[in-house]
Amino acid sequence: MTETVTTSDHPHPLLSLVPRAEAKQTMKDFKSDQEVRWCPGCGDYAVLAAVQGFMPELGLAKENIVFVSGIGCSSRFPYYMNTYGMHSIHGRAPAIATGLASSRRDLSVWVVTGDGDALSIGGNHLIHALRRNVNLKILLFNNRIYGLTKGQYSPTSEVGKITKSTPMGSLDAPFNPVSLAIGAEASFVARTVDSDRKHLTEVLRQAADHPGTALVEIYQNCNIFNDGAFEVLKDKQQAEEAVIRLTHGEQIRFGAEGSKGVVRDPQTGDLKVVAVTEENQSQILVHDAHTTSPTTAFALSRLADPDTLHHTPIGVFRSVERPVYDTLMADQLDTAIERDGKGDLGALLAGKDTWTVVG
Amino acid sequence: MTSQVSSPAEQAEGDDGDNRPTAGGDDRPVTPPAKEVRRLDRVIIRFAGDSGDGMQLTGDRFTSETASFGNDLSTLPNFPAEIRAPAGTLPGVSSFQLHFADHDILTPGDAPNVLVAMNPAALKANIADVPRGAEIIINTDEFTKRPMAKVGYETSPLEDGSLDGYSVHPVPLTTLTVEALKDFGLSRKDAGRSKNMFALGLLSWMYHRPTEGTEAFLRQKFAKKPDIAEANVAAFRAGWNFGETTEDFAVSYEVAPATTAFPPGTYRNISGNLALAYGLIAAGHQADLPLYLGSYPITPASDILHELSRHKNFGVRTFQAEDEIAAIGAALGAAFGGQLAVTTTSGPGVALKSETIGLAVSLELPLLIVAIQRGGPSTGLPTKTEQADLLQAMYGRNGEAPVPVVAPRTPADCFDAAIDAARIALTYRTPVFLLSDGYLANGSEPWRVPEVDELPDLRVQFATGPNHELADGTEVFWPYKRDPETLARPWAVPGTPGLEHRIGGIEKQDGTGNISYDPANHDFMVRTRQAKVDGIAVPDVEVDDPDGARTLVLGWGSTYGPITAAVRRLRGEGQPIAQAHLRHLNPFPRNLEEVLRRYDKVVVPEMNLGQLATLIRAKYLVDAISYNQVNGMPFKAEQLATALKEAIND
Repeated sequence: MTETVTTSDHPHPLLSLVPRAEAKQTMKDFKSDQEVRWCPGCGDYAVLAAVQGFMPELGLAKENIVFVSGIGCSSRFPYYMNTYGMHSIHGRAPAIATGLASSRRDLSVWVVTGDGDALSIGGNHLIHALRRNVNLKILLFNNRIYGLTKGQYSPTSEVGKITKSTPMGSLDAPFNPVSLAIGAEASFVARTVDSDRKHLTEVLRQAADHPGTALVEIYQNCNIFNDGAFEVLKDKQQAEEAVIRLTHGEQIRFGAEGSKGVVRDPQTGDLKVVAVTEENQSQILVHDAHTTSPTTAFALSRLADPDTLHHTPIGVFRSVERPVYDTLMADQLDTAIERDGKGDLGALLAGKDTWTVVG
Repeated sequence: MTSQVSSPAEQAEGDDGDNRPTAGGDDRPVTPPAKEVRRLDRVIIRFAGDSGDGMQLTGDRFTSETASFGNDLSTLPNFPAEIRAPAGTLPGVSSFQLHFADHDILTPGDAPNVLVAMNPAALKANIADVPRGAEIIINTDEFTKRPMAKVGYETSPLEDGSLDGYSVHPVPLTTLTVEALKDFGLSRKDAGRSKNMFALGLLSWMYHRPTEGTEAFLRQKFAKKPDIAEANVAAFRAGWNFGETTEDFAVSYEVAPATTAFPPGTYRNISGNLALAYGLIAAGHQADLPLYLGSYPITPASDILHELSRHKNFGVRTFQAEDEIAAIGAALGAAFGGQLAVTTTSGPGVALKSETIGLAVSLELPLLIVAIQRGGPSTGLPTKTEQADLLQAMYGRNGEAPVPVVAPRTPADCFDAAIDAARIALTYRTPVFLLSDGYLANGSEPWRVPEVDELPDLRVQFATGPNHELADGTEVFWPYKRDPETLARPWAVPGTPGLEHRIGGIEKQDGTGNISYDPANHDFMVRTRQAKVDGIAVPDVEVDDPDGARTLVLGWGSTYGPITAAVRRLRGEGQPIAQAHLRHLNPFPRNLEEVLRRYDKVVVPEMNLGQLATLIRAKYLVDAISYNQVNGMPFKAEQLATALKEAIND
């Protein structure tokens, strides 16, 4: 299989390797003929609709789009997309997608995973995909619970969570997926919410445009086993105080009429939330997702209270360009051919130390 | 280098039977006239020393020279798992055994004719394998009080008579090496490091080995340190000259090229792992598919990863994953994308990959799982050989998950076995186990280099359009609509318009591939996947039975050499025995049952506790006799011959 390289109008040369759709696409083109079987009211429906609705905008040939998932409720996702897809095994989707993306740069490869799939059984693959910066878009559906196995606590559940497997409350401290991803050298990290279609789509758009691994944490409601887990971020009144919307190049402000803001504490260097006043207005942090250092992005990821979810930033925390694994791999192949010439099988097999037996 | 072997010489009657060098009839002195030259038909040499003494390199070089001289040969490297075990201790001993002959041979030999012992530990660890009468070259510099005490020698074996009956050559190898290098301005310690090259030079003189290759090798290896290169060359030459001048070495030996053992052709020496890596590259070439390796370093498989990573100009992608699971995961992802996908590992890695192998069975994608078996269970004996992962390969998965199993029989055969495994994977869209082992991986033998146009055509057809018509006349693509002959499903790779489809580990409806929990469909799919593997075309097993024997010895994998050598011995003694050796363990060859029923007794020697025997007994209700050894080493021909004789006469 040789790589199909067609020119495209995509601004990034890497992403231009994926062929463009010949005709205009609609949301319907991305719906498969399979009946969607999530529980009625599940947040996954909203994400599916957003993805199906947003795909035509990419303008990519849909035969060159692949969704790879692991195991869990959200991992049924590929069945509902009329693209190529693989519903694999628990936790392994990033590894499988790495093999696909690194060998087929003409594909747009998406990983759909959940908090248990990506952060528990598949934690190793996730962090290594992030550090390698393989050209993958990872959608991490975080509902802070195990849904498919009927309601055990997950690695993002709050401490003390009462579940079927933790009747006296869970003991282990949760992961913060955004902090984890930044710590794992991720080049693109974002967070969004299932119910905010506009925000979700905008984040997906930026993720799709990113060359390298993009991790998008999607807060997703499990209305059966963890209903209302993110209610504080969704309820209009509460959200005003709880949600911090990050926009690159703009001051980090939230609350009624932007009454609150994030500043750097000159004593500790840490970030903190303050009431915006005339005096401190100029000190409100301006969000810079493209800065090389991950320090501020990490500090932003720590603002949220894991129990109350107050001061939860959403949006793109970090989006920086660094070498992409698949490109580097392909470059080495090209370099080897330039240096040694295209492989000659006969010469390879014979090697340098031969002897001849004459009949 | 190339040497011409064009005049067929008289071939000695070689039966692997006698472990002592036999003096041939031709005693023509060659060089120098003062020294006697004896002609031998075969020799077994073992170099033994500390892990840091460079014994593997020494053995490799002697092997290369021997190969280029045109002898048949077989090697057995044997080294500890520790990179540098404490110096001078028994666990730190590393050895390399080489058997070379003027006729075709099958094994690295049972017992050395010559042991080179670089220190007391090396002598102690190896002396039990060396028969009286053999020559022992001892580095006397190391036989001082402390190193001897370290391995429990209270008195010096050089003086206490314990080596009586051996032909002992005490040589101060370190001192002589340091002396030879005194003009190089090296410290005693640094100069002493070249003592392995001194020993190699001495042995090269003893056996009339060519030397140009080793000198060129040293100059290339130390190209960036020309001083070190020249010091090693000087040590090597000093060793050669020492043999020629000192009176202790009165005799040198000739082993003529094995001219009639080999069909005409171009030959090279090759190890199992190298042959296997080349087989994979060749398979990719013949399939016209890029090769993708997902691997995690593990002994004794890592050399395949190293080798493939050097051949990127063949379009080979090698991915060193974060773990064994990711390694096979990436390979499976690449297979979905239309690559010839491979993962390489050993027993513990196979265990970790099991779930993904099951997924590959369910997805019905081509995938090669190369397992270089080593001693188990758990970490076991990483650097030693074993055949105890056959049942893991056969059954080590959840559910009914049949996987074809292919096993090479000699180091060079790893090349053909890799191509055969790729053929099965690509034709039947299935994961395939290629079961090699540590003995094949590290051992080496001459290999007739094939011409590229002799290699099989492995090209496959990707799906390009709809393959099914619905009742209403609509043309659709069904990912699980099978080829009626092979039962293989179409390989529709992403990027093919109109064939967008989803596959997964959940049970699929026959044909459409949609999720199905229907009981009858599951039963059908389980049976169909089994039928596909059962129906794989494999050649009939050949039986070698010139005398109409009543007992059959059946083997698989790397026991081929020792079994065949044992069979030759028995036949040489007038004892009829039939031999068959399996390359395909799943499915078995169609004629296997008929072959087994032809004999009164079936003996199955294995380096495990009877795994093939278990399969044979279960499948054919044949009362197979198991003969087992699990000591991390290959069978010895003599021991096998004795066991087979007992079985025959029992």
